[in-house]
Amino acid sequence: MLDDFFIRALIAGIGVAIVTGPLGCFVVWRRLSYFGDTLAHSALLGVTLAYSMEFNIAFSVFIISSLIALTLIQLQKRTNLPGDALLGLLAHSSLAVGLVVIGFLSFIRFDIMGLLFGDILAVTVDDLLIIWIGGALILLILRLIWKPLFASTVNYELAEAEGLNPDRAKAIFTILMAAIIAISIKMVGLLLITGMLIIPAAMARNISSSPQKMVIYSIIGGLLSVILGLFSSLEFNTASGPSIIAASLFLFILSLLNIKQSIKLKN
Amino acid sequence: MGSDQNLLVKLNKAGFSLNNKWLVKGVSLQVEKGKIVTLIGPNGSGKSTTAKIALGIYKKIDGSVEKYTNKVGYVPQKISIDWTLPLRVNDFMVLTESLDKESIDEALSLTGVIHLKDKNLGDLSGGEFQRVLLARAISKKPELLVLDEPVQGVDFTGEIALYELIKKISDELNCGILLISHDLHTVMSATDHVVCLNGHVCCSGSPMDVAKNNEYKALFGEQASQILSRYEHRHDHIHTDQGEIKKN
Repeated sequence: MLDDFFIRALIAGIGVAIVTGPLGCFVVWRRLSYFGDTLAHSALLGVTLAYSMEFNIAFSVFIISSLIALTLIQLQKRTNLPGDALLGLLAHSSLAVGLVVIGFLSFIRFDIMGLLFGDILAVTVDDLLIIWIGGALILLILRLIWKPLFASTVNYELAEAEGLNPDRAKAIFTILMAAIIAISIKMVGLLLITGMLIIPAAMARNISSSPQKMVIYSIIGGLLSVILGLFSSLEFNTASGPSIIAASLFLFILSLLNIKQSIKLKN
Repeated sequence: MGSDQNLLVKLNKAGFSLNNKWLVKGVSLQVEKGKIVTLIGPNGSGKSTTAKIALGIYKKIDGSVEKYTNKVGYVPQKISIDWTLPLRVNDFMVLTESLDKESIDEALSLTGVIHLKDKNLGDLSGGEFQRVLLARAISKKPELLVLDEPVQGVDFTGEIALYELIKKISDELNCGILLISHDLHTVMSATDHVVCLNGHVCCSGSPMDVAKNNEYKALFGEQASQILSRYEHRHDHIHTDQGEIKKN
């Protein structure tokens, strides 16, 4: 019944959802949604670089996104511009430079729509390896820096005063963000990656009472979004990446209903 | 030798400036095991800044800090917690160190907020939250406690009880305490060493020495020094007129 490519897509999507779940919680907690967007936009430059130099896409996106993230940290230190202005500056200029470079690469046929919105059905076995091995590494490192990262998310000065080295945790987290974008760009595309990070975590926030629960619900929400989205894209013949995000939006709306009920119960 | 081994943190002519303005300058002080050092001074005199220098939160400082312990408990003066985090008191207690249930319960009981253990942090009142902050700081049995106005917003009877608790902790754990307090009564009854700040160290020494100091009188007014001299005769109880001396 199910074609091979569909199973590959499912396995890829599940791998990505398991990693975006916990990372997405930190994105929501630390108010980093626009930071995620900026890294994702800069990914276009990474993709064009990969094509022109015949690099692996995930690797080249990882390098470019990390560079953009480090540039941002430096700019924040050296200018008086507010954070959102710097994010906008980097996001749109790197997107623009990426598009300009594409113009020069007229000898390569580019699937721009696939880049922007992802093409999970074209996932290869190599991509699966990258997603699962890369994903496992990201989760392992996140587990290692969990305590300082979480403590400094709650309160930076407490974490610093009590010897947890929050700056290092933050720098490592930034690299992890670049890594998740690199491994999932082919799946949901650079315009929708942040959706995959934020929406399941936002849904989880509505129904959870502790940070651990929020992480677990966020993973479950991501998994359900992938499965629901992929099957409905097969059923209705819609684009798969957007279908996954739409499915997560659907779950988010359901979680809002849950809130209303519990408020009613309280009163 | 002995006193060196007891040393927890030492500031050597430390100062910190922000936007070309000195918040505090030339502060030398040290905290030893089992001793309570109190910082007093008017608003904006650099008390919290000095505490943050001692804790290593401010890094680009003038002078030097030597810190000999990593087991630190900190109660900040201001704490803003983002409520996008679903955080219960229990989660907050293990924020910087994993603790067993007994230690968590013990600390929460000591500060009188064990009944709030499963409550969301955002639902606590100011005084309740302050008690939770103090419980968190002592639960990890630190060697150095830095308490920046630890009883703000706590009701009056609670205030006395918490200060007694702080004194008890200092004795039991043999930890050093750097305390910032506006309450001169407490300062006088429990402190080993007082540092009076006003952008720099005005005067320092034992509570009685500081009370007699003219710079201290100029800073806090005659009334405050009367309160201190009263303490020379009656060490056994606390008066209720503390509101008058807080204002300056």
